[in-house]
Amino acid sequence: MPRYYTEEHEWIDVDGDVATVGITDYAQGQLGDIVFVEVPDTGAELSQGGDAAVVESVKAASDVYAPVDGTVTEGNAQLEEDPALVNSDPEGEGWFFRMTLSDKSQLDGLMNAAAYKAYCDDL
Amino acid sequence: MTALNPAGWRPEMNVAGGADDSATFTGNRALMLEEPLIFEIGSAGTTGVDFDDESPLPFRGGVGGGASRPPSTPDTPHPYPSPEGEGLSVPSTLLRSDPIGLPGLSESETVRHYTRLSRQNYAIDLGLFPLGSCTMKHNPRLNEKVARMPGFADVHPLQPQETVQGALAVINELAVWLIELTGMYGVAMSPKAGAHGELCGILCIKAALEARGEDRRVLLVPESAHGTNPATAAFAGFTVEDIPATKEGRVDLEALKARLGPDVAGVMITNPNTCGLFERDMKAISDAVHAAGGYVYCDGANFNAIVGKVRPGDLGVDAMHINLHKTFSTPHGGGGPGSGPVVLSEALAPYGPIPYAARYADGSFKLVEEESAGDEHPDTFGRMTAFHGQMGMFTRALTYILSHGADGLKQVAEDAVLNANYVLRSLSDVLDAPFAASGPCMHEALFSDRGFAEGFSTLDIAKGLIDEGFHPMTVYFPLVVHGAMLVEPTETESKAVLDQFIGALRSLAMRAKNGDPALKSAPHFAPRARLDETLAARKPILTWSEAN
Repeated sequence: MPRYYTEEHEWIDVDGDVATVGITDYAQGQLGDIVFVEVPDTGAELSQGGDAAVVESVKAASDVYAPVDGTVTEGNAQLEEDPALVNSDPEGEGWFFRMTLSDKSQLDGLMNAAAYKAYCDDL
Repeated sequence: MTALNPAGWRPEMNVAGGADDSATFTGNRALMLEEPLIFEIGSAGTTGVDFDDESPLPFRGGVGGGASRPPSTPDTPHPYPSPEGEGLSVPSTLLRSDPIGLPGLSESETVRHYTRLSRQNYAIDLGLFPLGSCTMKHNPRLNEKVARMPGFADVHPLQPQETVQGALAVINELAVWLIELTGMYGVAMSPKAGAHGELCGILCIKAALEARGEDRRVLLVPESAHGTNPATAAFAGFTVEDIPATKEGRVDLEALKARLGPDVAGVMITNPNTCGLFERDMKAISDAVHAAGGYVYCDGANFNAIVGKVRPGDLGVDAMHINLHKTFSTPHGGGGPGSGPVVLSEALAPYGPIPYAARYADGSFKLVEEESAGDEHPDTFGRMTAFHGQMGMFTRALTYILSHGADGLKQVAEDAVLNANYVLRSLSDVLDAPFAASGPCMHEALFSDRGFAEGFSTLDIAKGLIDEGFHPMTVYFPLVVHGAMLVEPTETESKAVLDQFIGALRSLAMRAKNGDPALKSAPHFAPRARLDETLAARKPILTWSEAN
């Protein structure tokens, strides 16, 4: 299952026509302890680069952006109860939402793991 | 710089009264008192009482209700019928059956509780309060004296207008001053604070666009903006898009121009901005936005840096709120309510809210409200508040303006900027100042956490400042700077105070760079050290119960 990364520190796992989206380990490390997460409603139409979710830490509130165009099929309801999952397992249990992909070619513009690592090293 | 800390004390030294070596039986440390919650002291059945000449409470229980008091005759010894009494009009389902759970304290216990708590507080009356973007300046006592004059303090907004001509004159005269100082066309006095003022300005823009028959949905906001800017825009139904910044921390004019178009309603720009920099391209920004059919909103939170020096109207601003509680010294941050009048350009003034205090040719003042708006202010978008604004803040702000005069206000800005630059340049060799090369800063100095030892952060500096006896600066804002520390000294601090603060911050910066472990557990001398902010945010307990 290929995983892509954005410059805004989201990751996206693509499985056929459905993708899972979350924020990266680097992002959670920068944010610090996450205290609140708002995930999009099922059925929400997302457009690449637009606001998709909200994540709030003790330091700051940030938007999470949609890595590609598509429709939300599921938000991770667990995060509402236990936002700490984003800190403990950002790229696993701490996923934010699942979505369909309207335009798979948009994935070509995203980074792979090696490119994202190099990108973070430069920050 | 003057020598500081002449005793040469260092936190790693084990001092008397320090962390662990002298526990006391009570938990108190001399005048640093350990005070429980009010629910945890006192006892059931104890209560303090306070007798008025006569009860100010309206008669609530009887037939006829309303605010009238029943005649106090021997036949009706108590105006409030007991639950068993006749004439009770409260439905039984609404009657309380359990004890209310109020703490039981005598008067002396109550007084001591709050006096003890007040000693653990920090306030502008105790020392420097360097919160960036907050303009925590001294509140002159003259303001308070004037605000407490019975003619101002004891008036009611529903009083007949001919009996409050002086109060209306204050609103009108302050309005004239604000228009004069900003070079604008009109002013809405009623908004209650900064964000409310933003909403007022954005609603004016919306009304102006509607009057033009245009449906523009996008407001452009810089990434470094106060969080209230995008929130206001979204609340008013606009879509928010970021404006990128240049490397030197200012709005990227070319990127902004490229984004302008028929869908853009306007921009919201803070000037001076939250990186502490003056937006030098402001006039060019305004011209470009106007040429594209949009309006310019300016967040006036940082007006203190330019009051008396720059008139936003000359920069092409269409609407700007003024935080009277910042620039014009009215108390805030727990000390009093905010007040956010909005100055408006000629293009937006017709849409401003009602009510406002108008001056007539015969020298009298009259409120323009719904009844007369049709004739005098027909395009108003409507009303934002029940009454005329924060009267208590108007009297204070006008007192401040009149006692300073035009020259004094100009010096306010000059000294505020001088103080901030003194802080910036006195620290930039030990703290990273990302925009130090962008020219003089305005009212606030911005630093980042670059160069701290592994594991040390801005939070540690802030906590260390508490031990040093200062309120910490604004931290982790603006978001565009990593581990931001935003220091706004204001003009009211003396050089001696600034030197002491700079000395403290220099010491803390060195400790963070050298990885002093004692800094990780600061504050050591506060009543409470590092509270679990994460747990408090994730699982807040907002009510008290025996079980807790």
